[in-house]
Amino acid sequence: MKDKARRILTGDGFNNAASSIIAILIGLLFGFIILLITNPANAIEGLKTILMGGFSGGAKGVGQVLYFATPLVMTGLSVGFAFKTGLFNIGAAGQFIMGAATALYVGVNWTFLPAPLHWIVAIIMAALVGALWGFIPGLLKAYCNVHEVIATIMMNYIGMYLSNFMVKNYFFDSRKSISMDVAKSAEIPKGGLGEFFSSTTGTFHEVSTVNIGIIIAIVIAIIMYIILNKTTLGYELKACGHNPDASKYAGINEKKNIVLAMTIAGALAGIGGALLYLSGSAGKHMSILEELATEGFNGIPVALLGLSNPIGVIFAAIFISYLTQGGSYLQMLNYMPEVINIIIACIIYFSAFALIFRRFIPALLKKRQEKKSTQGGEQQ
Amino acid sequence: MSIVFMIVQQTMFFAIPLLIVALGGMFTERGGVTNIALDGTMIMGAFTSIMFISKMGDTMSGQSLLILAIFVAAVTGGVFSLLLAFSAVNMKSDQVIGGTALNMFAPAFAVYAARMMQDSGVQQVEFINSFRISKVPILGDIPILGRMFFTNCYITTLLGIIILIISIVVLYKTRFGLRLRSCGEHPHAADSVGINVYKMRYAGVVISGILGGIGGLVFIVPTSTNFNATVAGYGFLALAVMIFGQWKPIRIALAALFFGLMKTLAAAYSVIPFLADLSITSDFYQMIPFIATLIVLAFSSKKSQAPAAVATPYDKGSR
Repeated sequence: MKDKARRILTGDGFNNAASSIIAILIGLLFGFIILLITNPANAIEGLKTILMGGFSGGAKGVGQVLYFATPLVMTGLSVGFAFKTGLFNIGAAGQFIMGAATALYVGVNWTFLPAPLHWIVAIIMAALVGALWGFIPGLLKAYCNVHEVIATIMMNYIGMYLSNFMVKNYFFDSRKSISMDVAKSAEIPKGGLGEFFSSTTGTFHEVSTVNIGIIIAIVIAIIMYIILNKTTLGYELKACGHNPDASKYAGINEKKNIVLAMTIAGALAGIGGALLYLSGSAGKHMSILEELATEGFNGIPVALLGLSNPIGVIFAAIFISYLTQGGSYLQMLNYMPEVINIIIACIIYFSAFALIFRRFIPALLKKRQEKKSTQGGEQQ
Repeated sequence: MSIVFMIVQQTMFFAIPLLIVALGGMFTERGGVTNIALDGTMIMGAFTSIMFISKMGDTMSGQSLLILAIFVAAVTGGVFSLLLAFSAVNMKSDQVIGGTALNMFAPAFAVYAARMMQDSGVQQVEFINSFRISKVPILGDIPILGRMFFTNCYITTLLGIIILIISIVVLYKTRFGLRLRSCGEHPHAADSVGINVYKMRYAGVVISGILGGIGGLVFIVPTSTNFNATVAGYGFLALAVMIFGQWKPIRIALAALFFGLMKTLAAAYSVIPFLADLSITSDFYQMIPFIATLIVLAFSSKKSQAPAAVATPYDKGSR
């Protein structure tokens, strides 16, 4: 029994999961300290609001958590998939926003397409443009030795300005300074989820903006899991990630794999953009601010917390979305929602502390075991 | 002709912060630690120093205020970079992830603190710019160079050049510089002759923090009158400048001038008759520095010789 416990405690899986959880706890603690410093009176209320997360908004709140988790699942998959293949895809933000802009363009302008085809084509076009946005840095890395971090960051900014340009010229609602609503045929169907996650307060019947996009995201996550773990392609990609030289020696074309991995990662982020923005008039619209898409950067903590495992990414995405929704309710307590970004940044920071957890716990157990064996020897 | 002068001056305003931050990045990468958090460091340095200027604007002004603010920015940047140093050197964690975490932390913190600290609750920090030197007394009268370099300038330009010269001397002519470089190329060899690799890497990161903080302030002061928790991706452009400059100070300076020029053209195209006539939207001009970076990197990275041990955590026990 003790042996089994020890085996679990020293296993890689447990250590990784434990390090994620400890990182989350430290991040929340740090956030609580910030709340305390800025406004001690409401700090406990504030922490409660963050922990209650999406539930603070009732059933609709839960729906909103799922709605905003959808892009996070996709960007988390994007970053995680790249991680598994040894690449750091910070370009998820640019791929995401270009996918979104493309989807909006198709959604607003290609009204000649009938209902189910319209949004499906929009998602596919978004995937293609996102793939292009990943393809370019991948190509530069594989054949020109350009560091993918710099290349993807450049693509982020190019994507931001280009998407702003597209909004201003192809689907701009000048009254509200945001993108226009997409055509009804381009909205991703709600499939009854909107009504399911709705809350009625008095005479207000608020319907969540969630749609079957979350289902699509989960299905794609499962597909990515299968590709990574059950196919030859996935095996080759992971091999290139672990050791590019050994893979080359074994005959795997590591240059082609780098390009392919970045392209797939870009497509995933692009789909995320489409899934978020192809919602009705109450859903998210694109503004022309000079800001990089936070959904893209939040894919990094999602991938880290989910340990780059597609299934883990789903749960991590829901968790981060849960926290972010809680953060938006903080404004009622006179706190700024930016504290959530601070918490998420802390979580990333601490989740990178691999060493403590990978070495500390097994080393501790080893010490105890050695102590016991020497004691046993002395007793004899 | 005055357009040429204006372009040169603007290029300086854009190139000097790039130069300072890129030199900081050079120091840390030469020591073996990748500092992706330069953008965040710039934001933190700019935030504290601009807040300092804004709050002290009633009691002080002029160059003395600016010099104090530079000091504030340097200290902020240095302290902020200690977080990265701790994560990368002591915890041996992935330096890119640690840097990304700090990059996410900095703007969120800057917005949060600005809203909390300013009475009006806005996130922009306004300040009064009393630092512009309209004409340097004697040097400004030199026929062409005077109008180009010594009118409408800031002492930060001079500071940037001084930092460049000091960097060249420190990196190549001092014992510290030699040891730092050895830690970035082959830390195990350096360790074997008794150099404390951890201390060296800490020093490299802290230097990059100090220069990053200064760079943030130097970026904001000549170009605007408020700070809105962003430096428009300058930290990342600085990394690209550093790579393009192949981690060598003089080349970094040339690369910084190149990108400063690109940025200037992007910002000032409307007053250049030739470009204004082409009626290309401002969005494309904004993209030009980044596209130019990509193209330049595509051609120059083939034989890129990064310090051999950069971004690998140093572990004494490993082979």
